[in-house]
Amino acid sequence: MEVLKIATAGSVDDGKSTLIGRLLYDTKSLTTDKIEAIEKSSKLKGYDYLDFSLATDGLVAEREQGITIDVAHIYFSTAKKSYIIADTPGHVEYTRNMVTGASTSQVSIILIDARKGVIEQTYRHFFINNLLRVKEVIVAINKMDLVDYSEEVYNKIKADFQALNAKSTFKEQNVSYIPLSAINGGNVVDKSENMKWYDGQTVLEHLEALEPTDVFEKGEARFPVQTVIRPKTEEYHDFRGYAGKLYGNSIKVGDAVTVLPSLTESKVKNIHFFDKTFDEAVAGSSITIELENDINVTRGDMIVKSTELPKIEKDITTTVCWMDSKKLVPGTKYIVQHNTNRVLAKVESIKNTIATDYSGTTPATQLAINEIGEVSIKLSKPLYFDAYNDNKSNGAFILIDTATNTTAGVGFIR
Amino acid sequence: MSSVLKTNALESEAIYIFREVISQFDKPVLLFSGGKDSITLVRLAQKAFFPAKIPFPLLHVDTGHNFPETIEFRDKLVAELGLELIVRNVQDAIDEGKVVEETGKYSSRNSLQTITLLDAIEEFKFDACIGGARRDEEKARAKERIFSVRDDFGQWDEKNQRPELFDILNGKIENGQNVRVFPISNWTELDVWSYIEQEKIEIPSIYFSHKRKVFLRDGLIWSHSEFVYQEEDEQIEERIVRFRTVGDMTCTAAVDSYAATIKEVVGEIRTSTISERGARIDDKRSEAAMEKRKQQGYF
Repeated sequence: MEVLKIATAGSVDDGKSTLIGRLLYDTKSLTTDKIEAIEKSSKLKGYDYLDFSLATDGLVAEREQGITIDVAHIYFSTAKKSYIIADTPGHVEYTRNMVTGASTSQVSIILIDARKGVIEQTYRHFFINNLLRVKEVIVAINKMDLVDYSEEVYNKIKADFQALNAKSTFKEQNVSYIPLSAINGGNVVDKSENMKWYDGQTVLEHLEALEPTDVFEKGEARFPVQTVIRPKTEEYHDFRGYAGKLYGNSIKVGDAVTVLPSLTESKVKNIHFFDKTFDEAVAGSSITIELENDINVTRGDMIVKSTELPKIEKDITTTVCWMDSKKLVPGTKYIVQHNTNRVLAKVESIKNTIATDYSGTTPATQLAINEIGEVSIKLSKPLYFDAYNDNKSNGAFILIDTATNTTAGVGFIR
Repeated sequence: MSSVLKTNALESEAIYIFREVISQFDKPVLLFSGGKDSITLVRLAQKAFFPAKIPFPLLHVDTGHNFPETIEFRDKLVAELGLELIVRNVQDAIDEGKVVEETGKYSSRNSLQTITLLDAIEEFKFDACIGGARRDEEKARAKERIFSVRDDFGQWDEKNQRPELFDILNGKIENGQNVRVFPISNWTELDVWSYIEQEKIEIPSIYFSHKRKVFLRDGLIWSHSEFVYQEEDEQIEERIVRFRTVGDMTCTAAVDSYAATIKEVVGEIRTSTISERGARIDDKRSEAAMEKRKQQGYF
């Protein structure tokens, strides 16, 4: 079945949990015991409606404080698709969580409270979706019941958002505007009776109609090698397969390929998946490739089509989102993990911080947690990469702290 | 005719995770309970490394209160695939006085497994433990990472987890730490059952309807067994039941069901309005039961 990953960001009061709860409830994805648990908890707290946030806010601390502090994953499905929601908090101090959620998602839902309209938080959510190049954005204008289901309010918010959209550099992004009332279900799964003036799709109708070609970016084929499979059994005595996941365009048997970084050329001899062979594999397949010649390929290498070589460089200019409480400063060494390849790297210089509200850049010499900025990095060995804007999978990397081993930041190569 | 491989996104993601484990760690192990999720993991590991054998052993932490059908199935699977199986018993920890057996109406060895697991990790110096937990099972698990770092004491620091971006997995750890790995994090119960059906994976017979001696307590169907505490007024009866989730006999409740084939089971799950963990007696203890157990090193 098709799987669609959705990022949501927002705070408690804009009704995000209610929207997610409503999606689960109206697609009959909540089970009786879960509904009972919600009812029981809601009653205990003295609420006179179902508090869906109880279904989505997982950890004890969050339940106590009534806020969401990490990335939570929520699942629901229809006959057509399986959906995974990566739900994150929306405040500026959770920028790193939002970036994390958006990195694995193909669709983003930006919630707007119809009473408040486009606010600073809206800018930030949209900015992150631009930076991460999330192709589909749904602007969910919620709480329409509190503005008398006014078409005028909807139009005003839509116009404001379109003005914001004009600042985006990601022109292939598709933005849709849906007026809704999550608390009573209007335009979430079922059409709202109170907004006959809106003839567009409901949130679920929109999600159901999306095709893989709408949400996945095309790019040149990239095959980072994860591990080499050598069974050393009698039956497969000489078998030497390169295992990995394919990104970008498809790869076929017979394709002329080049292995990086050695630049050795060969041809695809076989494409294996478990005990079968195929002539062609498409993006997202975890396959094992055999090459015509017996050449030296190890983990961290990358197989590409010979006519589509990536850039191979030791100095890279990147946009970094910093995620560690220890600040990023020039001269520090980190391990860069790019696909399956790890390279020791040094932070050369930090040029600026980039405001997430589209107000521009500020010169800077360091990046603090949740800040985004332009960073030059020097690598001890070349990376084979593409600009993030040309090929998402081959243009992103993480920075690993050499002392704590934590994932300290994420970078997008320019 | 040219053949194009059709990709199942969840299967492909799980295979990718298995291959990262073998590349990033020295001593991985697959935690095998004999339940459908860990059986699914075995199939996915087979696919990840074919035509080579699964390059790590299976570890079963045996409470001694398992369904005999599960143990029988485990031994058959291991023999068929030529895998290495390590069994460590909770009974040993009890005999050594490391843990104290619970008593009373709701006594179970479920939470005692943690000590045995942590001891086995130390004994074999495992640095990655692969498990079949899914984020949809329970709300504390919804925040679990795919590579989840545990300290020397096996503890989970849920507020200080490494971010996981794109599909880049960071398994770098210090000596003594280990990582819990969850390849089917993003699968739902229905995804697992559909996969078992599609792949024709064999599972223990207790997942299908059968006649069993049971008794009723708190609206749940408990197995009658020497291991399960039973009050005098709790009447034994015979019912046609099956299990949706299989743990230890003391913490897994049965459901009334006539689903005798995998197709019927999938059909039943599809229309069911009760969640899988609704039949887990251990989760009903309190709202934060799972989170508390996880912080202490439980799976």
